[in-house]
Amino acid sequence: MKPKLHIGVLALQGAFVAHAQALRDCGAEVQLVRTHEDLNGIQGLVIPGGESTTMSNLLVASGLSEVLKDIFRHGFPVFGTCAGMIVLAERILDGRTDQISLGALKIDVRRNGYGRQNDSFEQDIIVPSFDTPFHALFIRAPVIEAIGPDVEVLASWGDRPVLVRSAHALACSFHPELVSDLRIHEMFLSIVENFSVTNPR
Amino acid sequence: MATSSTNSVTGSFPVKRGLAEMLKGGVIMDVVTPEQAKLAEDAGACAVMALERVPADIRRDGGVARMSDPEMIQGIQAAVTIPVMAKARIGHFVEAQILQALGVDFIDESEVLTPADEAHHIDKFKFTTPFVCGATNLGEALRRISEGAAMIRSKGEAGTGNVVEAVRHLRSILGDIKKIGTADSAELFEWAKRLQAPLSLVQEIAETGQLPVPLFCAGGLATPADAAFAMQLGASSVFVGSGIFKSDNPALRAKAIVEATTHFMDADVLARVSTGIGAPMTGIGMDEINQRYAERGW
Repeated sequence: MKPKLHIGVLALQGAFVAHAQALRDCGAEVQLVRTHEDLNGIQGLVIPGGESTTMSNLLVASGLSEVLKDIFRHGFPVFGTCAGMIVLAERILDGRTDQISLGALKIDVRRNGYGRQNDSFEQDIIVPSFDTPFHALFIRAPVIEAIGPDVEVLASWGDRPVLVRSAHALACSFHPELVSDLRIHEMFLSIVENFSVTNPR
Repeated sequence: MATSSTNSVTGSFPVKRGLAEMLKGGVIMDVVTPEQAKLAEDAGACAVMALERVPADIRRDGGVARMSDPEMIQGIQAAVTIPVMAKARIGHFVEAQILQALGVDFIDESEVLTPADEAHHIDKFKFTTPFVCGATNLGEALRRISEGAAMIRSKGEAGTGNVVEAVRHLRSILGDIKKIGTADSAELFEWAKRLQAPLSLVQEIAETGQLPVPLFCAGGLATPADAAFAMQLGASSVFVGSGIFKSDNPALRAKAIVEATTHFMDADVLARVSTGIGAPMTGIGMDEINQRYAERGW
């Protein structure tokens, strides 16, 4: 049997419980991350949906923002969903002026680009690498408005990318942690596995 | 590549419950002006509740408390980028229709306002906007969920700055969930009868060990310690009403409560953030109040 992957879930605010459950359902060991000590021993980090401005405040207050920027610069695997994708984006549109970005993905993201809660929606999306569509929940979701040259689009809806990857950073506008379909979490775990093989602890 | 764009669904229960999930581990703050809303967002609130008067003032002023002036809600929507909630009176589905038309992100069918219907709550399934409702016990929580609530909050006793009622309600709800978790299938019928709640929801709790929607804590929280207390007892987030803007230093207190809610298990952080934030709201004892809001709702 393969050893279990150890994955951190940033638990400052947001849907961290649902992500932890999805990762456990995939067979991973989960560590909730609130301080930099909590990063010890993890092989990848998930940044959940929630309120990106709240997370930004708490990332600064906890001192995690600098530590995370540094490890992402060295290619540490990370997966951001919704607000988590905003936190990872190089450029945030319609954000607060003091809002921080961890800069792990060269994308421009517009906060609440799909509208307020009344515009939130469910939608089957086509992920070309999957056999069947993925049922996606978009909650006050951010829009990816531009992507850098090294960013690969793994799925789109309408004319917008909704699932993107660059090196060991994965991000999506929607919420795979709110459905029972584990394929996108498994996709992240295989990124972590590949990284761990080439960068043993 | 075919991108199917025909089957988008808005306002479904998973979409409503999804927003409640996003608000976990956060603080939802009552605000009465755009300036207060900005201060709340600056402090790290994950959402604000727009209302005309905080519960402590509603309690002091008396009279009929209604939905807020739409202009005031719009002012707050324009001031912040985080979700904006607003309150409708219990049963007043037209106030809720107006709040939905204004585009608020969550509607609180709230006992803090004067009830508009003495027998019926709003049929919340008819709305695109998600609802949060208060509850004092598990039966009440499940009745609200069966009407379509996407989030439950303990009622506590709003506007008192006294956490004791919120704790009673949280312990009651979570205590019964634990007991149902150990009940056998035959006992679930009796539980449904006793709680006056749908059997299917009782069976769901027996299977999952939790409420079908997120459970937040509200009603009387005034300090960072109160927020962490509610979180350690098992709440997923906290609402702070009068506790922030009736205190000496709302900006410092708001930030401290946000940090306490995230680091609720870390006593060193709680000690640090509780230090030097000025005096909390005075608060009142349960034997000093003549109207218990928590008794409103059926």
